[in-house]
Amino acid sequence: MSAIDFEDVSIALGGRRILSGVSFSIEQGHFVGVLGPNGAGKTTLFRTILGLLTATSGKISVLGSPPARGNAAIGYIPQWRHTAAQLNFTGFELLLSAYAGNRWGLPIASQQDRKAVEAALERVGGRELAGRALTELSGGERQRLFIAQALVGEPKLLLFDEPLISLDPAHQRSIVELVRDISRERNIAVLFSAHEVNPLLGAVDEVLYLGQGKAAIGTVDEVVNERVLSALYDTRVHVIRTEGRIFVVAEGGEVDDHLHDHAVTGHATMQGR
Amino acid sequence: MFAMFDYEFMRNAFAAATIVALVAGSIGYFLVLRGETFAGHALSHVGFPGATGAVLIGISPFVGLTVFTALAGIGISLIGERGQRDVAIGLVLTLSLGLGLLFLHFYTSYAGMATNLLFGNVLGISRQTVWVLLVMAAVTLIVLGAISRPLLFASLQPELAEAKGVPIGPLSTAFMIVVALATSLAIQIVGVLLVFALMVAPAATSLRLTRHFALGIALSVGLAVSIVWMSLTLAYVTDWPTSFWITALGSAFYALSRLADVFKTLRVAKLARTGPLEKIA
Repeated sequence: MSAIDFEDVSIALGGRRILSGVSFSIEQGHFVGVLGPNGAGKTTLFRTILGLLTATSGKISVLGSPPARGNAAIGYIPQWRHTAAQLNFTGFELLLSAYAGNRWGLPIASQQDRKAVEAALERVGGRELAGRALTELSGGERQRLFIAQALVGEPKLLLFDEPLISLDPAHQRSIVELVRDISRERNIAVLFSAHEVNPLLGAVDEVLYLGQGKAAIGTVDEVVNERVLSALYDTRVHVIRTEGRIFVVAEGGEVDDHLHDHAVTGHATMQGR
Repeated sequence: MFAMFDYEFMRNAFAAATIVALVAGSIGYFLVLRGETFAGHALSHVGFPGATGAVLIGISPFVGLTVFTALAGIGISLIGERGQRDVAIGLVLTLSLGLGLLFLHFYTSYAGMATNLLFGNVLGISRQTVWVLLVMAAVTLIVLGAISRPLLFASLQPELAEAKGVPIGPLSTAFMIVVALATSLAIQIVGVLLVFALMVAPAATSLRLTRHFALGIALSVGLAVSIVWMSLTLAYVTDWPTSFWITALGSAFYALSRLADVFKTLRVAKLARTGPLEKIA
């Protein structure tokens, strides 16, 4: 059984086609980078797997069954929204509130709840972090906490939506390595969306590129090349490899806004090094 | 000073204010946490035409204001987070006061009612009203208790809660109805215009000072109860209105909590200058 199966799936959002006729399959235990410009449908893809959006056509299977809302076997990190960062709560308190937060009644944590949260924190090396207020944590520390939150309750599939956003390269790397290790030791599939491929190089088993309603999946070498990406984006795309890093640049002049963003991000990181 | 308990109206006032403070402190905590204080503020204003309209057609103002605030609560939750919610709420708020004014215009025989409704009249509460408040408060707190776990989750991390199967929409409607009930209780003490002081000030102060949920609720309730007790005592001693003291003490506690924050920031800044710099990431 594969972790995720998409068969000829189309998804529309507010009348706009996000995916049209996409098929791919992700094996259990694979760490998959989900890439593509803003608006390509990374978040939409995740929300569909979570059962929050319904595909307009096609067949989807998540851990062997159709997507269903509230699937406890999925650990999820939504894209960062800043709301919780302004709160005075400790990380531990945040994780406790989320664990079993779909049960009715008073939010009183049982000994068992505490143990589950502590075990997850232990795995990401976040026991000390969890005692501090969320407002006092750096972006990297907060992301570690959210990874722990996703791990509480032994999930079989992880969906991480842009967990690297606004982190510096060193912290990006440590988060990526942590996620890779977790995926390997627990043999669970991880879908990890990111703005560019470089932080994921050498860690991911596969990349899933989204663009223009289409998708391309395979190893980095199979997908991140001029032939595949040019076909995906319907424009001439250059892939420049230098010193173990990859830069995706669209043909000058004809650059689609989003794709341009993408190229510029790669560039900025290079200068940062 | 304990002589004040010799008066029946003072005993009633203390009982009523304590009951309402328990509710306001705990509901207010979630209201501040969810960033819906303005909605709560507006709800209380809708109570004004509810109460005056009820008197006009000859039923109890308390019934009128409870029904109106509950309906408004459902309305606000249905608007949801959609665009210009602030404008919509603000307009409903002013329209409510306007309607209340119109109803009073038709019902001229009871001049004191407007002031009581707008600013509260805790010293005029009867023994019978205390019992009504007690029952309503119990209902409100039981419902809040039943929904508080998913409500906390949905308030802190709405996207995740939705993915985990928490029914976000119905939950926020249920919460708004609970807020409406709490508001009509609080109006009995501080009136339509000053509900904010009792519902929001203790909760906002507590959220600034605590890092744990249970502790936060306890402090919020504790502050609300202390504020009404101190206010009633001060009103007895000074003969100034109780509602004034509630707003004054509520604001004072909140100001103090902000001041505490300023000192904390200064201390951290000083540490950063002199002590080992924390890793920046």
